[in-house]
Amino acid sequence: MSEQDVILQVRNLSVHFNVPAGGLFGGHKVLKAVKNVSFDLHAGETLGIVGESGCGKSTLSRAIIRLIEASGGESVWMGKDILKMNSSELVGLRKDIQMIFQDPLASLNPRMTAGSIIAEPLQIHNPEVTKAERTKRVAEMMEKVGLTPNMINKYPHEFSGGQCQRIGIARALITRPKLIVCDEAVSALDVSVQAQVINLLMDLQKEFGVSLLFIAHDIAVVRHIAQRIMVLYFGEVVEIGESEQVVMAPSHDYTKKLIASVPVPDPKEEMKRREVRRRLRREAAAAA
Amino acid sequence: MALLEVKNLKVDFDTQDGVVHAVRDLSYTLEKGKTLAIVGESGSGKTQGAFALMGLLPKNGRATGSIRFDGKEILNLPLRELNRYRAERIGIIFQDPMTSLNPYMRISRQMTEVLEHHKGMSRSEALAESVRFLDAVRIPDAKNRVHMYPHEFSGGMRQRVMIAMALLCGPELLIADEPTTALDVTVQAEIIDLLVDLQEDFHASIILITHDLGIVAGTCEDTLVMFNGEVMEYRKTEELFANPEHAYTKGLLSAVPRLDQKVERLSTVSYEFMAGARKA
Repeated sequence: MSEQDVILQVRNLSVHFNVPAGGLFGGHKVLKAVKNVSFDLHAGETLGIVGESGCGKSTLSRAIIRLIEASGGESVWMGKDILKMNSSELVGLRKDIQMIFQDPLASLNPRMTAGSIIAEPLQIHNPEVTKAERTKRVAEMMEKVGLTPNMINKYPHEFSGGQCQRIGIARALITRPKLIVCDEAVSALDVSVQAQVINLLMDLQKEFGVSLLFIAHDIAVVRHIAQRIMVLYFGEVVEIGESEQVVMAPSHDYTKKLIASVPVPDPKEEMKRREVRRRLRREAAAAA
Repeated sequence: MALLEVKNLKVDFDTQDGVVHAVRDLSYTLEKGKTLAIVGESGSGKTQGAFALMGLLPKNGRATGSIRFDGKEILNLPLRELNRYRAERIGIIFQDPMTSLNPYMRISRQMTEVLEHHKGMSRSEALAESVRFLDAVRIPDAKNRVHMYPHEFSGGMRQRVMIAMALLCGPELLIADEPTTALDVTVQAEIIDLLVDLQEDFHASIILITHDLGIVAGTCEDTLVMFNGEVMEYRKTEELFANPEHAYTKGLLSAVPRLDQKVERLSTVSYEFMAGARKA
């Protein structure tokens, strides 16, 4: 990967929230959800962001694309800082960067049909496209994500969770974005459905050459889909590197603990891992 | 004699759209001190099967078949009789520790209540016993924390409280319904390891209900895989993982990316199998 194909440069990004300090007149204190995060994302690359609940991974992803305001730092998209863009520049940005959310049903408008949900970004970002052309593109996209075009007039509640996530993927892809931010996009799905959606995402990425920021708590899923993994812990990057490197030879104590905690469907392997966990716990207790 | 014998259990629900067969045919045997995992995806009937056992089905649910606990039929027992089994002989841990603890009551009262009611202990005896159990589930500073409210505990600590409460009366059977699903993976590992240790100390039989085949490996002696209300495969855990026989088990095992293996593409449970099973 060369320097030229870097599409997103995040530099020292921080997000602070004011939270009540407790009591009626307690004032507020500052919660540092994301602390000085820096990384590069390359064209066509999948970067996985792993961490447990409250580590700031969703906050980070939203701050990068300015769905929430960062407190400091830069998020440079194709040479321009997203955090300094004006509102018309931001609208243009939304065409290039799309998002897939965790809860497949909640992220779809219940009063819109699948067809109009998928068509909406196209209507906004490519108003020059005629209605007939739009319908054609929606039908094509539905087929690509494994939905049949005869579902075009159905409402979200008529679909299963996996199908709703396919609608979300179709909606994200219809404007041909350069980056898709997937925030726990597969974690609400049953494992058999999850495998289908992961395969679909990987196929579509190959076909469209889109970059993915893939945020998840499941490091096994992230390792499967991402070339590089970034591990977040209490808002800080504790480790970033090639996926195999991070999983096979983790350098940070937290990454080691995380990896030893992931259950492996193999009784003998799992017995070994339990011993590793017991050792890590003893070491942590001795250190404390 | 087996501690628990479930035979041809069926659970149906009357709904506006007709009868839903949540459990179609469930049979298994659990010996004293043994551990069984019931694995399935959402809608497989894994939880409703256990709820029928505890008399926890909602009003529109009906259970038929037979559940014998320690030789006595307990399916559809009147509440008054069932209450003698609940807590005292069968403990249960639910998925969400926040909604299964009373937010208005201190942990101490929630625990002492159980002991006073079932064991006839005095308040001070019950409190000492509660602290002992919180110690057993490795809650640091149990002596002081017993007086806290549920919201003052983290998710993992709350689940430890739930486990301590379930064990209070020394039940012979502990049912854990997705005990770690709401928890982070590092906390999940701690809770599962804790359950394994407690099982060795307390010798209770355990039924672990989960969607995650990973946490079953190395935890339970037997594994039962459910799909669509029916048993797909029921064997020794080691054999099941080494050599899964049923297409659904194979599908489940290969659909999950594993940390100890690298595959190019995940295999998916075949649509034909699922469609065929749903129709039947």
